[in-house]
Amino acid sequence: MQANDPMQPPVWRQLLQLLRPFSKRIAIALLLSVVTIGSSIALMMTSAWLISTAALQLGITSLGVAPTGVRMFGISRAVFRYLERLASHDVTFRLLARLRVWFYERIEPLSPAQFEAFSSGDLMARVVTDIEELQNLYIRVVAPPIVAVLVTISVGFVFALLDPLIALIAVSFMLVAGTLLPYMVWWIGKHIGRHLVAVRATMNQQLVDTIQGLPDSLAYGYAQSQLSALQSTNAQVSERERQESRLESLHTGLSVLMTNLAMFCVLVAAIGRVEGVFLAVVALGTIAAFEAITPLALAAQHLDKELTAASRVFEMIANAPVIEEPETTVSAPLTDYSLSIQNVSFRYGDADPYIYEDFSLDLAYGQRAAIVGESGSGKSSLVNILLRFWPYQAGDVSLGGVDLKSLPHEDIRRIFGVMTQRVHLFNTTIMENIRIANKPASDDAIIEAAKAARVHDFIMSLPEGYDTYVGENGVALSGGERQRVALARILLKDAPIWVLDEITANLDPITANEVMASVMQAAEGRTIILMTHHLAFLKTFQFDAIIEL
Amino acid sequence: MDRRLMAETHRARLAFVATVILGVIGGILIIGQAYLLSDVIASVFLEQANLSQVTTSLIGLLILILLRSANGAAASWTASEVAIRVKHDLRNKLTEHILKLGPAYTQQERSGELTITATEGIETLDGFFRDYLPALFTSILIPLAILVVAASMDLLTFIVLLITGPLVIVFMVLIGMVAAAYSHTRYAQLGQMSAHFLDVMQGLFTLKLFNRSKAQIQTITHITDQYRESTMNVLRVAFLSAFMLEFMATISVAVVAVEIGLRLLAGGIPFQQALFLLVIAPEFYMPLRNLGAKFHTGRDSAAAAERIYAILNTPLPEQAGDSVITDIQRIQFEQVSHAYADGTRPALADVSFTIERGQHVAIVGATGSGKSTLMHLLLRFIQPSQGTIRVHDGQLAHNLTALDAAAWRQQIAWVPQRSYLFNMSITDNIRIGQPEATQEQIVQAAKAAAAHDFIIGFPQGYDTLVGENGARLSGGQAQRVALARMFLRHVPVYIFDEATASLDQDNEAQVKQAIEQHTAGSMVITIAHRLNTVAEADHILVLDGGHIVEQGNHAELIQAQGAYFHLLQAYGETIHAGQ
Repeated sequence: MQANDPMQPPVWRQLLQLLRPFSKRIAIALLLSVVTIGSSIALMMTSAWLISTAALQLGITSLGVAPTGVRMFGISRAVFRYLERLASHDVTFRLLARLRVWFYERIEPLSPAQFEAFSSGDLMARVVTDIEELQNLYIRVVAPPIVAVLVTISVGFVFALLDPLIALIAVSFMLVAGTLLPYMVWWIGKHIGRHLVAVRATMNQQLVDTIQGLPDSLAYGYAQSQLSALQSTNAQVSERERQESRLESLHTGLSVLMTNLAMFCVLVAAIGRVEGVFLAVVALGTIAAFEAITPLALAAQHLDKELTAASRVFEMIANAPVIEEPETTVSAPLTDYSLSIQNVSFRYGDADPYIYEDFSLDLAYGQRAAIVGESGSGKSSLVNILLRFWPYQAGDVSLGGVDLKSLPHEDIRRIFGVMTQRVHLFNTTIMENIRIANKPASDDAIIEAAKAARVHDFIMSLPEGYDTYVGENGVALSGGERQRVALARILLKDAPIWVLDEITANLDPITANEVMASVMQAAEGRTIILMTHHLAFLKTFQFDAIIEL
Repeated sequence: MDRRLMAETHRARLAFVATVILGVIGGILIIGQAYLLSDVIASVFLEQANLSQVTTSLIGLLILILLRSANGAAASWTASEVAIRVKHDLRNKLTEHILKLGPAYTQQERSGELTITATEGIETLDGFFRDYLPALFTSILIPLAILVVAASMDLLTFIVLLITGPLVIVFMVLIGMVAAAYSHTRYAQLGQMSAHFLDVMQGLFTLKLFNRSKAQIQTITHITDQYRESTMNVLRVAFLSAFMLEFMATISVAVVAVEIGLRLLAGGIPFQQALFLLVIAPEFYMPLRNLGAKFHTGRDSAAAAERIYAILNTPLPEQAGDSVITDIQRIQFEQVSHAYADGTRPALADVSFTIERGQHVAIVGATGSGKSTLMHLLLRFIQPSQGTIRVHDGQLAHNLTALDAAAWRQQIAWVPQRSYLFNMSITDNIRIGQPEATQEQIVQAAKAAAAHDFIIGFPQGYDTLVGENGARLSGGQAQRVALARMFLRHVPVYIFDEATASLDQDNEAQVKQAIEQHTAGSMVITIAHRLNTVAEADHILVLDGGHIVEQGNHAELIQAQGAYFHLLQAYGETIHAGQ
């Protein structure tokens, strides 16, 4: 686990903060849990009292309300259990909703500057899973110990009415079984668990390597040794699992032992101390009470899981945004789209090399500039500078004569149409994918944009035209088609300044030329900043400025 | 229950049988404990016995408690052992099968999915073998044992149990069905909701560009709330069946208690028996309730099993012969076709050509023209659906499918467009080309691939770990490491698939020269997307839609002004290279 930031409250406290809005619902769910277990304890105790009293054969009146009580507890247990499950699931879903929104609200300002590092699919999927894991916080971690404490107190109180010593014995066993046993299991299991996680991670890694690298490993005759490495890791996994299972078996045995030993000791102590009619009552009551204790060991294991998930989630949102909205802003809408970059220097961190140093570029509206450099030279950082995703260290940028630093970020982003190497298509229809560029746009306007981007015919050839789903459960678009959808987006947005960042890098040369031609044609009259390492474009298209980085 | 999973228990038959036997013993111990407990209480309560008079029974009770604990531990241990062994064997079987299915299979399946099935998928089975299966057996055996004892003791209680027991089972089956429907809806919705959340996160940059990122907060809230409401509606009904199960079990205990109590009043049953029946009654329902709680485990495992067996049941490609040749003089394609897995269109249709030793052949064409298929055929990742690939070794012509695949690939050095680097050191990654290579040879190979300089620039030099798929290296660096593999090999056939495209110009020129020297006198097959790399080839094949539409050398093809010429034009800058 990461060293805790002294400024940050401990993870568990932050987690409890997240539960706070639901405290009322949680209280109800907890109460229902307690009365559920209380009902089954009462059922056993009343039943025991009933038959013990009946054995004295003092007539039906001697039983009093016990027969009714027995039936009532038999019913109430099921009813309360039903209500409790509904209540606790409700809390779980509400918590999930809150967790998602809470996380999104915090990660949104960090994007893309501090978020890019996490944008690999795996990490992102990980955090989504982590958040899902945290929805179990109440049901698996918070509820069991609270319920256990409340039940233990109630049982102790009821038993104390009969005999304080018996109450003491029962409560002691419940305490030991509820705290020491889970702690012992957690403590011993900690190391085994860590090894198991590590060796499983190794196996996962080897599997990814083996499956993804299969063409290479087969071609070079390396597959067989990979398979044997996997098999040996597999054997290690099983070995660690055996260690874990021995501990779990020990725990199973010990919890059976604690429950029954508690009953046994209560019984022995009760002989001669309480009236005979209560012997069966305390013995059966003790066994029933352990229903609240048994889940605690599992809760201890889940606590670990939740804390790990939580610290990963908190770690992602711990940073402050690298850039803040300007305090005083110019509110007049921009109508002048001339762009001026004067002696700008930019680097990502104090230890990093400058990517743009003393960089200047003046573009009147409608002018075109090309920035040329090897792939990996950092050309893309210009997007971060212009759209205010990262602060620049020196120099001035102005838009229509207004300093970029004084403009609200949303206003700046309205001006620019950005196309990048990778186009993210959302898991929805093509229509909606284009519409994100301009929410109120009519369907006709979207179709117009698609036509201008020369993707209309392709879309119409799809099974459901504009209503075809893309991604996950829909059709897969080729690289060229994706770029055309991106083009349709910025056309729909009607952005005056286009920043085109290596948009053809993933395309084969023929498609690249076609896409580029469509883009340049559609751009008519707008300002263009093209970033590329493909020198041929400089011959094919006219540029007012060419800058080598 | 999944029969295929049930059959897997043969991998740990002893442990499995032991689990069942221990379950039965557990039932007997529960009955014994109930008997002694009621005996002690009856003696003290009704016969006014003191502690010393019941010592024997108490010691017996203590021994039974200890035995029961030990039995519980042992049963848990043997059940785990079954799970561990089955998982272990299945993991081996699955990975071996995936490897045998080869790249043709792994590339069409999502590799992430395969990995997840082999790890998490198999892990899901843990619950089946460890919890569900033992619970299934004990839920039959223990109630049965209790029923027998109850029958011998008290007819009325026996009847109550006999009637409610099956009712509980009926409700349990009902739960199973409702739970199946419920978990299906729930998982589908949960999956959609998670996918949406992930989608929004991955598209956050795009959303920001269009000032749409803040609006997503409402969408997320809306979708999650909707999910909660619809799920709670389902749950209200789904939990009803669980309620009925719970209700049956507890109310039956209450019925037994009252029924016995009333007869005790009339002296119709001895107290000790009555108490025994009261203690044993909850134990009758416990295993059944326990099984009810494990239903989702059974369902999850069935779903996981589905995915696992879908892979295991994919038939392996036909195993080739075992001939071995070393002296390759000529490779000849005779009307070779290959269809895509879906069988709809041919990836390669009726392709014929010949490559002689010492020749450099280039294959060009647009994306999807069949270049990669041709290469995969040569590497034996796939087999022709029609036609023959013949390999001549000077005297004899062998059908490629009659050759041992591994031995054949030993005659080839292949560098794909994006080579895969394994998560180990640079040295080990290069050494794959030639496992017996010395460090000196590795350095030589790295120098030829223009990789040496950047490698020694790393603090750990050749021992630098490259990360998952070479993540710590840039694309060009990773490719140079892969090229070094090739330089370690001295083979008759070299296949390059745009192998130098990701290198910068200086390095590319240097490496190309080294390749020319290294491959002199061998057969060289180059697949090119950029045409400036093929002008010097002895022979050029132009592919389009799976067909060879043109072949000849550069000058001839320029002259013909056909497909090749038009490709060159489309590429703009490269047409000058041909002049």
